[in-house]
Amino acid sequence: MSEALSQVPLTSYLLVGLILFSVGLYGALTKRNAVIVLLSIELMLNAVNINLVAFAKHGLYPGITGQIFSLFTITIAAAEVAVGVAILMALYRNRGTVQVDKMDLMKR
Amino acid sequence: MDQMVENAWLIPLFPLAAFVIMVAFGRQLKTTAAYIGILATLASFVLALFTFLERFQEGAETFYQPVHWFSIAGFDVTMGYEVTQLNALMLVIVSLVSMLVHIYSLGYMHGDDRLPVFYQYLALFTFSMLGLVISPNLLQLYIFWELVGVCSFLLVGFYFYKPEARAAAKKAFIVTRIGDVGLFIAIILLFWWTGSFVYNDIFNAVENGVLEPWQITLAAILIFIGAVGKSGQFPLHTWLPDAMEGPTPVSALIHAATMVAAGVYLVAATFDLFAASPTALNVVAYIGGFTAIFAASIGLTQRDIKRVLAYSTVSQLGYMMLALGAAGLIGYAAGIFHLMTHAFFKALLFLAAGSVIHAAHTQNIFEMGGMWKNMKVTGWLFLIGCLAIAGIPPFSGFWSKEEILLSVYHAGRMDLFWIAVLAAFFTAFYMFRLFFVTFTGESNLNHKPEESPVVMTLPMIVLGVLAVVAGFINTPWNPVLGEWLTYGMEGELHVEAPAWISVVTVLFSLAGIGLAWMMYNKKSLSRDWLSGRVPALYQLSYNKYYIDELYDTVFVRPLRGIGIIVNWIDDYVVDGAVRLTGRITDSVAGLGARMQNGQIQTYGLVTVVGLVLLIVGLTVAGGYYK
Repeated sequence: MSEALSQVPLTSYLLVGLILFSVGLYGALTKRNAVIVLLSIELMLNAVNINLVAFAKHGLYPGITGQIFSLFTITIAAAEVAVGVAILMALYRNRGTVQVDKMDLMKR
Repeated sequence: MDQMVENAWLIPLFPLAAFVIMVAFGRQLKTTAAYIGILATLASFVLALFTFLERFQEGAETFYQPVHWFSIAGFDVTMGYEVTQLNALMLVIVSLVSMLVHIYSLGYMHGDDRLPVFYQYLALFTFSMLGLVISPNLLQLYIFWELVGVCSFLLVGFYFYKPEARAAAKKAFIVTRIGDVGLFIAIILLFWWTGSFVYNDIFNAVENGVLEPWQITLAAILIFIGAVGKSGQFPLHTWLPDAMEGPTPVSALIHAATMVAAGVYLVAATFDLFAASPTALNVVAYIGGFTAIFAASIGLTQRDIKRVLAYSTVSQLGYMMLALGAAGLIGYAAGIFHLMTHAFFKALLFLAAGSVIHAAHTQNIFEMGGMWKNMKVTGWLFLIGCLAIAGIPPFSGFWSKEEILLSVYHAGRMDLFWIAVLAAFFTAFYMFRLFFVTFTGESNLNHKPEESPVVMTLPMIVLGVLAVVAGFINTPWNPVLGEWLTYGMEGELHVEAPAWISVVTVLFSLAGIGLAWMMYNKKSLSRDWLSGRVPALYQLSYNKYYIDELYDTVFVRPLRGIGIIVNWIDDYVVDGAVRLTGRITDSVAGLGARMQNGQIQTYGLVTVVGLVLLIVGLTVAGGYYK
């Protein structure tokens, strides 16, 4: 299994990361529902994770660092989602909506 | 005791201190302000009088005390003070008249709630005028020259709620400014040519031939233009009669006795410069002579008591200029002598006129009449003033006017002599027209006028006494003042003139008085025996030769036209450009503001687009670390 995976060239990993990131970015910028936006951000973070792991194996200086960093990212993403959802709950209680385009307080 | 002159610099500082105190405490002082002003001017007067007496006894050299002021391009400019015969006399006149006017105003301005402001202005004026007189150099003089102009502006416009007063104040300021420009150019030129502002340095330069004749003439004439503006000489006389919109004590102090005499003083103070240029002297003499007769002829028909007096002031100042310009050293002495007597009797006339106005509540003489019955004191004093200005012996005006006529005759200037005699005839006529119409006949007032309080009559009495006796200081057989004034100056002073001159001039004056008596008192001669026959002449005189209208058409309207055009250019071209810039910025900002819509996703998009552009740019350019 690991033999087969290490046969896959770096470009393919990066391509998957790129596609994942782009989908996440698109979602984060276009979706009106804040929950979907949060999910899209998770996608972008995962794209980064793929990159990190891929470079850890196939990069110029292969090592364990990239994998450890990806663990950090996952942890932080979990914390971020917890905070984000908490904010969403608070917003929903106050304003009765989770639509992103309704939240334009920054205009003022 | 030390010499008094060493303390002469204090003389202008008393009124300045009074001014500062009054400004610091403002209107809460009420009438206390008046007493502060009176005390300050009294102190000035006492000091000036002692200085004068000391010099009069000792006939000392000029006392000159310079202090370093600043250096510019290698030239040391000094300020300081000097005491000469001329300005010692001026100091006394100015501080005395100022003190009397301060006292008089206590009665005249009684009940005016801006009385402290009035006294502030008066104190500032007194300071400026004394400073002007005591200045030893032209630069310092110019500063005070402008300061008295400002005070004149403030005081003419004291009743600023009256549109006429506002207009008159502006006119007084702007018209005199035309003359001031001449003086300013003269000062710059003299500094350029001689490297000094100090009178004596300039006179030395003139004496040693540093200056070319044309330079002397040019500088003298430019200085004279300044004097023309201040002293209301033709063609810049128009502001002075309008300045009568100010309170009457102000007219007495500024527009009769002191400030308007500053022009004459200036010519006298720079007399050495003028004396070196016959052309400049001729200009002075002929402008003075023309003004004397011109203003007198306007005074014949005016109906406002103060305006008649104003034209007579213009006319008398013309007399002084005439004497200064036409008759050399005796003319100089005669001119200053007349300045002194004129200050007394004209201040008296104005204060008496103020007393009349105070009682009658009108300035039109044909609305008065019969004031003699109720205002004996004022009436007598006004009569003394009229006799003095008409040149009836033994009143002071007789001696000084006589001196002028004699000196002009002696100098052989017969044209100017006869002009002056004719002007004297006019003067006698219009002054007694004023007197008879105001004080005799039936009263046209619908209330009974009351004599003014003592605080007003007392200063008038002092001036009245001076108007009677001041002439004896300089009689033809014993010209004490003249000799003293011209101490150390070269030239002859004693005049041999036929006795018929005195007789003729007095006869002319008496004829003027007699004519006025017949027309306005006895009424044996119809009032319009002349004006009815030659209405054009009457209209010409009554409308002041249409000079104001002429200036209005020739200068004011075209300038206003240019002003409108320039204003239009300013509004639409200059401001248009500014507004265009503003509008562009505004629309760019509007665009930016529309982006600021609070939509977090838009912000994110813009950020991504920016990032992409940056990366594309770097890629195309080949990277940052090339």
